[in-house]
Amino acid sequence: MIWNKEAECMSREDREKLQLERLKETVARAYEKVPYYRKTFDAANIKPDDIKSLDDLEKLPFTTKTDLREAYPFGMFAVNDEEIIEVHTSSGTTGKPTVSGYTREDLEIWGEVMARALTMALADKSDRIQNCYGYGLFTGGLGVHYGAQKVGSTVIPISAGNTQRQVEIMQDFKTSIITCTPSYALYLGEVLKKQGVDIEDLNLKSGVFGAEMWTEEMRNEIENRLGLLALNIYGLTEIIGPGVAQECPQKNGLHVFEDHFYPEIIDSKTQESLADGEKGELVLTTLTREGMPIIRFRTKDITALKRDKCGCGRTLVRMDRITGRTDDMLKIRGVIVFPSQIERALLKIEGLDPQYQIIVTRPRHLDELEVQVEASPMLFSDEVKHVEEVKNMIERKIHNEIGLRVNVTLVEPESLPRSEGKAIRVIDKRKFD
Amino acid sequence: MKLKQISVFLENKKGRLKKAINVLSQANINIRALSIADTSEFGILRLIVPDPEQAKQVLEENKFVVKVNEVIGVEVPDEPGGLDSILDFLHDADLNVEYIYAFVEKKSDKAIVVIRTENIEEGLKALKKGNADVLSSEEVYNL
Repeated sequence: MIWNKEAECMSREDREKLQLERLKETVARAYEKVPYYRKTFDAANIKPDDIKSLDDLEKLPFTTKTDLREAYPFGMFAVNDEEIIEVHTSSGTTGKPTVSGYTREDLEIWGEVMARALTMALADKSDRIQNCYGYGLFTGGLGVHYGAQKVGSTVIPISAGNTQRQVEIMQDFKTSIITCTPSYALYLGEVLKKQGVDIEDLNLKSGVFGAEMWTEEMRNEIENRLGLLALNIYGLTEIIGPGVAQECPQKNGLHVFEDHFYPEIIDSKTQESLADGEKGELVLTTLTREGMPIIRFRTKDITALKRDKCGCGRTLVRMDRITGRTDDMLKIRGVIVFPSQIERALLKIEGLDPQYQIIVTRPRHLDELEVQVEASPMLFSDEVKHVEEVKNMIERKIHNEIGLRVNVTLVEPESLPRSEGKAIRVIDKRKFD
Repeated sequence: MKLKQISVFLENKKGRLKKAINVLSQANINIRALSIADTSEFGILRLIVPDPEQAKQVLEENKFVVKVNEVIGVEVPDEPGGLDSILDFLHDADLNVEYIYAFVEKKSDKAIVVIRTENIEEGLKALKKGNADVLSSEEVYNL
């Protein structure tokens, strides 16, 4: 099923026409209503009228998270207070939160893109969606909620936390779709297994997982543990919340709802635009937001765009799953390492619970990488020799993936922090003076 | 006869051994024999208890990683050369010993040796061939 066939299957030519029209309006409105844009456009010596094609977008200055923080709380709003009917904030994972303001029309658009996303993940009127994203200032809960209401599914607004209750409701209400972070999905699977719940007795069909980075191996693990189709959703509060892009069952990238959000890929160092297929930082421009138009927002998320035909029939451009962030990228002895690479290595090991923590230290001026993983009955034995072989095997797998020698420490089961939101995977103890 | 031994993974962290022993104590489990293999990063606590399955269960409930495996229990005279003769049998059969620990019986002049050979079946065969006093699990648990 496709929620909005006209928008999602439009020819590229028609879509570009629509995008240009909307871009011009957005840029004009931003320049006129938001002092920040007037200042940066003037400094770059550019006027809204200079935007004559989609390529001209490159001439506009970027907007960064720091710019949004400086406008805290409402400095980026482009409408009067009377027109804003809801606000959300980012999680503040990397500092002070940023605020997003929505008009009635913005919420309408959010519901529309989320309806497309949920429909892509097999939702229809007959489904019961257990929404385990947190309700509140975080956009996850209400974003899914608005989309589910638009589709007409039954939304179970259980919010995050209280895992025991999640399991009960899942069984009693015959939940068919769940929405949460991928690490929470893994955790739910662990709890179900421990309680002896047979996934055959559950009614789960699909899951919409996002708000943090995950890997293909993690998808397999979640699908096995929960017996469902695990699909990836992407979004960010600064742009709208979840619903910027969603993966279809072809599992071949996430369709960007580009009639509302215009994606570009840049080299994060040189800031130059990169061609389709090239990996770089995702930059997004809102094309329809009223309350808070955002121009060329640097997401710090690393991906690539693909425009070849997708088997699902949608013509929307696709982005790869996020493979890293320009800011959680670790530099260890000069080598770039992303936590997702370590996760990928760990997920290849049978019997290992993919919970991990990375600790970076710098004793004697040389970076050391320690990866803590939990011992499990399958990896443990009465012989020291055997346990050490297991430890060396894990070290080798990680070495193969990242090209660096690491030290693996086995810790006791369930001793690493589990999270219901974003898992803290990296502890960097190095001091950079 | 083979004995059942339980092995517990211990993180090299303050209080972990105490915690494991405390769990057994709370469950009223009497430890017949014990040894610890320690490395710089972790330890393996090995125990002989009357009811290995029960011990495994209570330890697992307290989030320990536990394995039950088989070892050989042999009775030797508590005197010089007692252990040596046993090791001779294994040596002659060309069998490696992975680890070994011993305890002394209270009510007799015998010592009990717990042996983990590379291959348990072969080890057992070699010891029996040499007429060593291989103990049954009941004999050890009821000491």
